[in-house]
Amino acid sequence: MAAHLKKRVYEEFSQVVQIPQEEAPAKKLRLSKPSKSAALHIDLCKATNSTDALQYLLQFARKPVEVESVEGVIRILLEHYYKETDNSVRLKIASLLGLLSKTQGFRPDCIVDDAINTLNNEKSHQVLAQLLDTLLVIGTQLPESPTVRQRLIEMACKHLSDSYFGVRNKCLKLLGCLGTVDAPLTKDNEGLGTSLGLCRGVRDVQSIISDYFGDQDPRVRTAAIKAMLQLHERGMKIHEIIYNQACRLLTDDYEQVRSAAVQMVWVLSQLYPESIVPIPSSNEEIRLVDDVFGKISHMVSDGSWMVRVQAAKTLGSILQVSPHFLEQTLDKKLMSDLRRKRTAHERAKELFTSGEFSSGRKWADDAPKEKLDTNTVYLIASGACGAFVHGLEDEMFEVRIAAVEALSQLARSSPSFAEKCLDFLVDMFNDEIEEVRLQSIHVLREISTHITLREDQLDTVLAVLEDSSRDIREALHELICYTNVSTKECIQLALLELLKNLNKYPTDRNSVWKCLKFLGSRHPTLVLPLVPELLSTHPYFDTPEPDMDDPAYIAVLVLVFNAAKSCPTMPALFSDHTFRHYAYLRDSLSHLVPPLRLPGNGLDLVDSRCSSGSVESAQLFLQQSLNRVSTIQNLEAPGAQDLLNFTIRDLRRLGELQTELAGAADFCATYLRCQLLLMKALQEKLWNMAVPLCLKQNVTATAAAQQILEETYKLEFLYSGLESRQVATIHHVRLQAKALQLVLTARTRQGLDPLISSCEKFLQDIESFQRLFLAELPHLQDSFVDKLLELMPRLSSCKPVETVKILQTTLRQSGLLQLRLPEQIHRATATIIEPTGESDNPLKFTTGLVVALDIDATLEHVQDPQNIVKVQVLYPDGQSHMIHPKPGDFRKPGPNRHRLITQVYLSHTAWTEPSQIEVRLLLAYSSSSTSLSSASPASKLGWSDSIDSLPQPEAAVEGTIPFSKPVKVYIMPKPARR
Amino acid sequence: MPEIKVTPLGAGQDVGRSCILVSIGGKNIMLDCGMHMGYNDDRRFPDFSYITQNGRLTEFLDCVIISHFHLDHCGALPFMSEMVGYDGPIYMTHPTKAICPILLEDFRKITVDKKGETNFFTSQMIKDCMKKVVPLNLHQTVQVDDELEIKAYYAGHVLGAAMVHIKVGLESVVYTGDYNMTPDRHLGAAWIDKCRPDVLISESTYATTIRDSKRCRERDFLKKVHESIERGGKVLIPVFALGRAQELCILLETFWERMNLKAPIYFSTGLTEKANHYYKLFITWTNQKIRKTFVQRNMFEFKHIKPFDRSYADNPGPMVVFATPGMLHAGQSLQIFKKWAGHEKNMVIMPGYCVQGTIGHKILNGQRKLEMEGRATLDVKLQVEYMSFSAHADAKGIMQLIRMAEPRNMLLVHGEAVKMEFLKGKIEQEFSVDCHMPANGETVTVTTNPSVPVDISLNLLKREMALGGTLPDPKKPRTMHGTLIMKENSLKLVSSEQALKELGLNEHQLRFTCRVPLQDPHSDPDTLHGIYLHLKSVLKGYTIQHLPDGTVMVESIVIKVSSSAEDPNTKVLLLSWSYQDEDLGSFLSTLLKKGLPSGLC
Repeated sequence: MAAHLKKRVYEEFSQVVQIPQEEAPAKKLRLSKPSKSAALHIDLCKATNSTDALQYLLQFARKPVEVESVEGVIRILLEHYYKETDNSVRLKIASLLGLLSKTQGFRPDCIVDDAINTLNNEKSHQVLAQLLDTLLVIGTQLPESPTVRQRLIEMACKHLSDSYFGVRNKCLKLLGCLGTVDAPLTKDNEGLGTSLGLCRGVRDVQSIISDYFGDQDPRVRTAAIKAMLQLHERGMKIHEIIYNQACRLLTDDYEQVRSAAVQMVWVLSQLYPESIVPIPSSNEEIRLVDDVFGKISHMVSDGSWMVRVQAAKTLGSILQVSPHFLEQTLDKKLMSDLRRKRTAHERAKELFTSGEFSSGRKWADDAPKEKLDTNTVYLIASGACGAFVHGLEDEMFEVRIAAVEALSQLARSSPSFAEKCLDFLVDMFNDEIEEVRLQSIHVLREISTHITLREDQLDTVLAVLEDSSRDIREALHELICYTNVSTKECIQLALLELLKNLNKYPTDRNSVWKCLKFLGSRHPTLVLPLVPELLSTHPYFDTPEPDMDDPAYIAVLVLVFNAAKSCPTMPALFSDHTFRHYAYLRDSLSHLVPPLRLPGNGLDLVDSRCSSGSVESAQLFLQQSLNRVSTIQNLEAPGAQDLLNFTIRDLRRLGELQTELAGAADFCATYLRCQLLLMKALQEKLWNMAVPLCLKQNVTATAAAQQILEETYKLEFLYSGLESRQVATIHHVRLQAKALQLVLTARTRQGLDPLISSCEKFLQDIESFQRLFLAELPHLQDSFVDKLLELMPRLSSCKPVETVKILQTTLRQSGLLQLRLPEQIHRATATIIEPTGESDNPLKFTTGLVVALDIDATLEHVQDPQNIVKVQVLYPDGQSHMIHPKPGDFRKPGPNRHRLITQVYLSHTAWTEPSQIEVRLLLAYSSSSTSLSSASPASKLGWSDSIDSLPQPEAAVEGTIPFSKPVKVYIMPKPARR
Repeated sequence: MPEIKVTPLGAGQDVGRSCILVSIGGKNIMLDCGMHMGYNDDRRFPDFSYITQNGRLTEFLDCVIISHFHLDHCGALPFMSEMVGYDGPIYMTHPTKAICPILLEDFRKITVDKKGETNFFTSQMIKDCMKKVVPLNLHQTVQVDDELEIKAYYAGHVLGAAMVHIKVGLESVVYTGDYNMTPDRHLGAAWIDKCRPDVLISESTYATTIRDSKRCRERDFLKKVHESIERGGKVLIPVFALGRAQELCILLETFWERMNLKAPIYFSTGLTEKANHYYKLFITWTNQKIRKTFVQRNMFEFKHIKPFDRSYADNPGPMVVFATPGMLHAGQSLQIFKKWAGHEKNMVIMPGYCVQGTIGHKILNGQRKLEMEGRATLDVKLQVEYMSFSAHADAKGIMQLIRMAEPRNMLLVHGEAVKMEFLKGKIEQEFSVDCHMPANGETVTVTTNPSVPVDISLNLLKREMALGGTLPDPKKPRTMHGTLIMKENSLKLVSSEQALKELGLNEHQLRFTCRVPLQDPHSDPDTLHGIYLHLKSVLKGYTIQHLPDGTVMVESIVIKVSSSAEDPNTKVLLLSWSYQDEDLGSFLSTLLKKGLPSGLC
C-alpha cells in the first residue's frame, strides 16, 4: 500500500514539476543550514502549493536530523500539518513523523498526544493509515510505557471499523505489535462494543483480532493473521479458540491468506499439540497436532505454489505428529480414511492395492479381480495421504526442495519414517534439477544413521555414481561413507560400483579411497568373507602380484586394511605381497590406511607406538618440547640453538605423524624458528665488530629479520583458532624483528632523516601494540615489549641514535617468550587436485587468445575463502598473474573444508617450445583489517570506526602467503596462423 | 430457470472422437471435434447430423473450441468445417494451431494414399480449415461475441493442451480436454483458478487408476534401459510421434548427459522432426526446468538423439531406438521389432496403451510366438516391458482439479462407462455435487441458479448505511427500500425519487381508505374523542393528534367519524392512509374493527 501511495504522490508531483524546477537548487542551500528546524520552517512557509511543499519535504527527508533538533522539527511539521489541506503532503508529513521518531536517542512520548490528536481529526483514509503507522513506530520506541501503549491500542480499536482496508490493516498491525493479552480492553468498550455489535464488555486483543479473520477484504484477513502471529512472536499465548477460524482460512480464495493461515495453524499445533479436536462428520476425535498435520498435508496440493512451498516447509517442523499419520504422507494409494482406522481397513487396503487401482507399472494390472466395497475408498482422503508424494513430484523445484527438507527433518526424529522415506529420497536422485538431486543426497546422508540399506536400495543409490556432475558424485561418496549395509553382497556391489566410478572418472580417486576406508571400517565382518576374493588369493596357487600403482588395487587394499583394523583374524588371509603393500601404503597414504597389528613383523613395533593413546601422548610430547624450550632464558646459552634446532625438527616430524596435532606442531615449530633466527642474528660477535667489518653478517641479519617478518605473517594468517594471546606473541616477535631491522638500518646507513622516520614508525608500532593487546600485557611480563614500555617516556623524547642503542640492548637482553598453545589450532592448507601436473601433453592454444585451465582444489581450515584465496599463475618468463576466483566457485562440502573449482584463463605470447607454468594458491592478507578480527571480532567495529580520527595505528601490510604446493602445467602458445 | 445443456456427440462413456455440444445462455458451442481411431467407416467422425440434417452448421454453432492437437480431439475438424460446412470461428492455442495441421496432413496421407479411401478431406481443405482458426493465449479472455467469452488454462498433457472456461453472463462451463495433474519431464501440471463453474466437463480416462509416484516409474524405465545398454543389448521404444515421445526423449537425453553414456539413441524421422521444431519454439508452454534453462540450451535440441536410418538397425553394439507407431502394428517399429525379437539381450519397452489385436497387445500379454503374415512365426525372445507414461490425470488428479475449480455440477466424458461409474460415486460422495456421465447423443440438462448482479446507487447505499450504523456484516442480510430499474440489459437499484426523476414520471400518491362500522351510542365528537384516547393508550410513541376539524391523525393516517342516517348507534369510521404507512394503517383498521373498549368514556 505504501508503494501505491507513493506512486500517487509522485503522480501528482509530476504534473506540475516544471514550475519549481529552477528554484529547487537555491532551496537546497538553505536546507544545509545548521538549524534544521528553522530552515524547514522557512521552506514550508514559502511553499505556495502542495507540490512545492512536497518537494521540500522529500529533500528534507534525505538528510539525517540530530537528536536535539528532532522535537523542534516535529513541532514545525505538526504545525504545518494542521494547516495543510492537501492529502499527499499530510501523508508525507505523517511518514516523516514516523521516521523522525525512530531517531536514536529520541523519546517520542512528547508527541504521542499530538499524533493521536491529528488522528482524531483526520478524514483521509490514506493519511489515517500512515498516521497509524507512525503511532506504531512511536509505540515500539516506547516499550516500557504501558499508558501510551494502552492509548495507542484504544486508538487502533477505534479505527478498526474504518471502511478503508489500509486503515484496518495498520490497526491490526499495531494491535499485533503492541497488544497485550493480560490487560483486557475494558475501557474502550463503548466505541468498540457497540460498533462491533457485541455485548461483552471485556475483550482482549486476540478476540478483537480474530474478529477480522472474517473480514471481507483478503488483505485485512492476512493482516489479522499476521498480527496474531506477531502476538505469538512477542511471547503471548494464543488462545485455542481461534483454531477453527484459522482452519477455515486454509480454504480461503486468496493465496496470501492461505499461506498465512498455514503458519497460524502451525503455531497452534505447536502450542496445543495434545488437545483433542473432533473430526467433522463423525463422532471421533484426534489430537490437534495430527489434525493440523493432515490439514497442512492437504495444502501441499494447493493451487498456488507459494502456499505449497509454505506447507511443505511447515510439515517438516511438526515433529509431534503420530507415526501412522506421518507414514500416510508417503502413501499415495492409501485412500481409506485412516482416522477411523480399524482392522477391517487394513484388509481393505491390501485388497485394494492388489486390485481396483492400477499402478501403471505393469500391464493390465487394473484388470478387475475382486469386487471391493467402494465405500471404504476415499479418493481425497482427509488425512495426510500422499502429501510428500505430491510434494516431491511438484512442478516447481522450490516445492520439491522444501519437501525434501521436510522429509529430512521428520526422518531425523523418527527412525521408522526414515526407513519408509528412503525409497522416495532415492527417487529424487533422478530429479531434473541438480540442486534437488544434491539436496536429497545430503538429506539421505543426514538420516543414514537410522537406516540400513537393502541391496536393491543400495543398487539404486549406487547407480548415481555414474553421474557426470562431480558435486553429485562427491555427495554420494560422502553418503556411502556414512551408510550401513546389511549383507556382504552389498559391500561387493558398492566396491564394484566404486571401482567403475574410479575407472570412469579417475579424478575421483581420493574421494573413492576415502569412501572405501569408511566402508571397510564400518563393516569389518562383512568384508571378512570377501577377502580371498578381493585379494584374489588362492589356497594352493600363488597368484600374480597386482600392480601397486593401480588405483583400483589400492582401493581394494584400503577397504581390506580398514576392515582388518577391527578384525584381527583377517591378516591371516593376506598373502606375502599384501604385507609389503601394506607397509608401502601405510607410509604413502597414511591417512587412508590405519595402523595394523600384524603378526611377526617389524611393523608391529612401529605401529603400536602410534596406535595406543597416540593423540594424548603426542600432545604430551608437544607440551614437553615446549617446556624444554622455555628453559632457555638466556639466548647466549651454549646449546640453546641446538636445542631449538632439535625441537623444531621433532615438532615437524610430530606434525607429520599426528595429523590431529599437525597445526599446533607446525605453529610451534615456525614460532621457534623465528626465535632461532632472531637468536642467530643477535649473536654476540656480530655486534661487537665495527660496522664496515661485518658487512656479510649484516646481510645475513637483515635477511633473518626479513624472514622473521614473513614468518610472523604466516603465523598470524595461516593458522586458525588462534587466541588473542597467541596473536600478541606473534606481534611481539614481529616487533622484535622490526627492532632488529631498525638497529641494522642505523648501523649501515648514515643518513639521519630516514632513521628518524623509521624510529617514529617503530614507536607508533609499539603504541599500537600496546593499544591492541592491552589485555595481554600482563602475560608479557619481562619481555621485550614490557621493557620497552617501561622505557617509553625516554624513548619518545630521545634522539634516534640513542633509541637505537636502547633497542639494541633491550633486544639482546630480552628472553624467549613462552608460547602457550591454544586448544585447537589448524593450519590452512590447500591441495590442488587438478591439474595434476602429470600430463605430458601440452595445452595448446593460439597466442593472443585465452585458454581456460580447470582448477580443482580443496582448502582446509580457511576462513572466508571467498575473499582471501587467490590463484597465482607463474609463467616461465617470470610474469605472474593473480586471479581472484568468483565467490560461486567455492563450495563447502564439510565443516572447515572448502572446495575451489574454478577456471583460470591463461594467455601468453608465442613460444617456440612447450613449457611449464606454475599454478598455486595464495592466501591474501592485510594486516590492518584482519589482525584483530580473529582475536576479538567484537572490537573490530569500534576500532575501524575510530580510524578516521586516530592516526593509522599500523601501516597496513598487504601480502600473500602461498599455501599450496605449486603445480606445473605444460602449455604451448602457438603463433596465430595467418 | 436458465439451463445448460450438454450433449456429447463423441467421447460420451467412450474414448475417442471427442465432440461435445454445449448450450449455455442461448449460445451453442462445440468442444473438440475428434475422430475415432478404432473405426474406418462413418462412425469414425461424430454424427453432425444431430445438429442439423442438411445444410451448414454455421448458423447453429457460435464457436468451436479445440483443446489440443491429438487426432481424437481435432481429427474431424476439416471434415466438419469444409465438408459439412462451418464458417464460424475455431479457437485453439498457438501450439495446437501450429502442430494440428501436420497431424491432420499425416492422417490424410495414411487414409487416402495408403488405404486408398476416397471422399476424404484434401490438403487444401486442411489449409482452408486452419484459416478459420483464431489462436488463444493462456489466461487471455477472448470475447467471441458480446456475451460469450472464453479463457484458456494450462492443461499439461501435450504441448499446447488447454482447458477452457466458457462464460455467458453469469453461467459458466469448464471443459478440461485431456489434462495431467502431475508434471512430467517437459510439461507442467494443469492449473485452474477457483472459478466455480456451473458445470465442469472433465475427462476420466484413468478414473480408477491411482498411479505410482512418477519418479519411481522414471527410475525403473531408466534403469531398465541402462541395464540393457550395459549388457550390449538394443532397446526398442515404440511411440507415437508426439507427446510421450518428447518426454521420453528428454528423459533419456538428460540421463545420457548425466551418466556420460555413449551408446547412440535414434529417433525415427519424418513428422517428428517438424513437430520437434515447434517444441523448441513454444518454450513458454513447457515446464519450469526447460523454461529456465533454455537460454543456455534448449532442451529440445538433443545432443545424443540422432535421426534414425533404416540401415542402423543392423549396426552392432547397443543402441536405443524410438520408432513409430506405438502399438507395433505396422511401419518402422514393427520392422525393427522383427529384426531384434530373436535375441534375449534386446528389449522392447511399451510406453503406452495398446489396442487389442496389435502385436504390442499380444506381446504384452505374454505371447512368445507370433504368427506373421505368410505363415511365418516369430519367436519373441527379447524382454518385453510395460511402462505407463500416459499423461492423463489419474483419479486423484481429477479430484484435485475438482477441488481447485469447485464446480456446482460435474460431467464426465472421455472414459469407459464402468470406470466412470466408480468415479461418479466418489465425486458425489466427496463433494456432494451432482455428477453426470451422458452417453453419446444423450443430453444432460443442468439448471443453474445464477445470482443476478445489480448496480446500486451510491446515495442509496450510503443512506441505508447511515440508518444501519455499523459496517455491513457479510453474514447478515439486510433489507432496504429502493426501486429496481431494468434498462437495456442492466439492472439498477436506486431510490424511488431518483427512479421517478430518471424515468420522467410524476409521483403518485396511493392512499387506502377503509370504512369500519362501529357500534357506539355516543355522539360523533365523543366517539372520536373515545377513539383518540383509545389509540393514545395503545399506540405509545406515535404522534396522535385530535384536530379541531373533527379528525384524528395518527402520523399520516386520518380517521373520521360519521354516523349513518338510519341508525345513530352505528358509526362509520373512515380510515385513510398512504401506501408508505400500509403497516400502521392495516394495524389500525384491525384494531378498530374490534370496537372500542367499553371502559372508555
